Amino acid sequence: MAQEKKGFSHDLIERNTLLLIVLTLITISIGGLVQIVPLFTIESTIEKVDGVRPYSPLEVAGQSIYIREGCYNCHSQQIRPFRDEVERYGHYSLAAESMYDHPFQWGSKRTGPDLARVGGKYSNDWQVAHLVDPRAVVPESIMPGYAWMKDRPLAYTDIGDVLKTLRIVGVPYTDDQIANAKADLEAQKNPDGDVAALTKRYPKAVVANFTGNKTVTEMDALVAYLQVLGTMVDFTKYQSPKQLQQ
Amino acid sequence: MTSATLTSGATLGSQRVSEDVRYNEDAIRLFVIAATFWGVVGFLAGTFIALQLAFPALNLGFEWTSFGRLRPVHTSAVIFAFGGNVLFATSLYSVQRTSRQFLFGGEGLAKFIFWNYNVFIVLAALSYVLGYTQGKEYAEPEWILDLYLTVIWVLYAVQFVGTVMTRRESHIYVANWFFLAFILTVAVLHIGNNVNVPVSITGMKSYPFVSGVQSAMVQWWYGHNAVGFFLTAGFLGIMYYFVPKRAERPVYSYRLSIVHFWTLIFLYIWAGPHHLHYTSLPDWAQTLGMTFSVMLWMPSWGGMINGIMTLSGAWDKLRTDPVLRFLVTSVAFYGMSTFEGPLMSVKPVNALSHYTDWTIGHVHSGALGWVAFISFGAIYFLVPVLWKRSQLYSLRLVSYHFWTATIGIVLYITAMWVSGIMQGLMWRAYDGLGFLQYSFVETVAAMHPFYVIRAMGGVLFLAGSLIMVYNLWRTAKGDVRIEKPYASTPHKAAVGAA
Repeated sequence: MAQEKKGFSHDLIERNTLLLIVLTLITISIGGLVQIVPLFTIESTIEKVDGVRPYSPLEVAGQSIYIREGCYNCHSQQIRPFRDEVERYGHYSLAAESMYDHPFQWGSKRTGPDLARVGGKYSNDWQVAHLVDPRAVVPESIMPGYAWMKDRPLAYTDIGDVLKTLRIVGVPYTDDQIANAKADLEAQKNPDGDVAALTKRYPKAVVANFTGNKTVTEMDALVAYLQVLGTMVDFTKYQSPKQLQQ
Repeated sequence: MTSATLTSGATLGSQRVSEDVRYNEDAIRLFVIAATFWGVVGFLAGTFIALQLAFPALNLGFEWTSFGRLRPVHTSAVIFAFGGNVLFATSLYSVQRTSRQFLFGGEGLAKFIFWNYNVFIVLAALSYVLGYTQGKEYAEPEWILDLYLTVIWVLYAVQFVGTVMTRRESHIYVANWFFLAFILTVAVLHIGNNVNVPVSITGMKSYPFVSGVQSAMVQWWYGHNAVGFFLTAGFLGIMYYFVPKRAERPVYSYRLSIVHFWTLIFLYIWAGPHHLHYTSLPDWAQTLGMTFSVMLWMPSWGGMINGIMTLSGAWDKLRTDPVLRFLVTSVAFYGMSTFEGPLMSVKPVNALSHYTDWTIGHVHSGALGWVAFISFGAIYFLVPVLWKRSQLYSLRLVSYHFWTATIGIVLYITAMWVSGIMQGLMWRAYDGLGFLQYSFVETVAAMHPFYVIRAMGGVLFLAGSLIMVYNLWRTAKGDVRIEKPYASTPHKAAVGAA
């Protein structure tokens, strides 16, 4: 293929490994750079809304369990701006609502329903009963049961380190929040404890003894996480009076 | 180059660099064994979790056996364990022959890569079952395993690139361009998607630097290009070596392979956002993802044409050589799923297909039809060569495997098309009064028959792979089955005989 004509010939690349490597790396870099870098620099990527806060320590622990059990394999947390989805699940998802999710939990499949706004949709008792035996409350469900999780003590001795790590990767936890991580985690399980201090640091955190156990269990954490999903932003503030009348 | 390719293809088929020295093949035998083993494990895991969706009691109530923990075991077993070992075997086999050179780093480095990669696979699978995961699809291993894999991958890159650089051929053969792009890009993707901070140096848990919308974009930049480079570019390397070898024909078009290579690797990397249509990802990124996904159709079909047309003048071999049938059918499936993919990336189509089983069906038409079939073809090609046997134990059994697996795929993807499109339509259906017609769980219940059919497809695909294991085992032992050979009967003679 050594062509006699002048100018560029692909022959050159086929004979030179380093040239092939460099050109390949350049070729595969362009698309990723164009699509990823501006997401960090364009300010409108994440809209400014009030209410989105870092997860409380118990919610963080719950999210870890959500990830550990692979819930994202079957549940999305991303409502698309379609009539049927908004009617079924609520206001379409905003980028701001997942800004403290490391990593994102948008999912890619709805074997089960979307969970972006599941918070407050069902009672704590329903959530516990459903996790223990999904078919006891939804006969057609094909979800695995998590009865073993109900009484298993939550490992949270390192919850302060978890919050510190999250601060390193960009979640704006305050020193106050990190110092009180363990106390806040326990407080969210105890309606008779210092609820005021907790909800001052984490507004709208759902406080309850979710499973009824004395110790904090993994299911307590998971339900606390589920119950806050999609509840942080008050959408009535962002709708025009005309929309509200409808 | 066409003539150069042909002559090198002809001479490199011999097992020797010179008359008395063999190419490095010990590690490649190991990779082939591991690929076969992990294939069966991966298909078994897939069939089991498919049955879990049809019969949820199969989750068994243990934490280690729930769908959520087993699904990554399935995906990792088929993509990284089966696919990965196939790619190691085929790339390290063909790079020696197309470069007329031993492996750089020798048999020792190849075996080191083999053992460590497979230990990594076992550790990753164990970690998912025990609940250690980053929670990102196809990138589940936690930070310490990611570091381990990075070291292994760098060594693989050194071995492959080193072999290419020390080649005794003037040109780098086209299959090696694709293998090279696969190795380099997977390294970039793996590192780019796994920049995490561990909570503790002694613990498994870590958090990625990126969050929310950026995390989604980075993950699908990774995720789509795991498909694009691991499952496509790498396996196109297999196509460009093994299809011409088996058909004993030169690659159809040299010019097309150049265009195929550069356009494919340039366009693929842009396609990630089509996994995020109508989400909180900014519209400009979604539109870019869609546009490039549609453009990607062209190089994909260019590659398919190049692969299939390589049979020009040898079409009759499809009748007499079921191994070649696997190879060529895989390229046809590649064409089908790379048509379906751009279609599904168009936003209005995606509005229906996203979150449904249609996506699962699409993935499996590519994974079973393209990746697994070309792997089977390559393995059937390699085993007699590597074990120094004159032929496979049985070509008839290859044909039984082919048809069992093909029927399995057809059941699988048609069931998923129907269930996916049906569920998508049910979600958006309104009744006459303007209310949503179906509750979510009604759409779940409607999936049941299709989940059963899909699982049956999986059982057939698994059964086919067991036929392969038996055939390969007997081949390695040196047995030859007494059976009616596939004779290349001229048409007239065949008619006359009938």
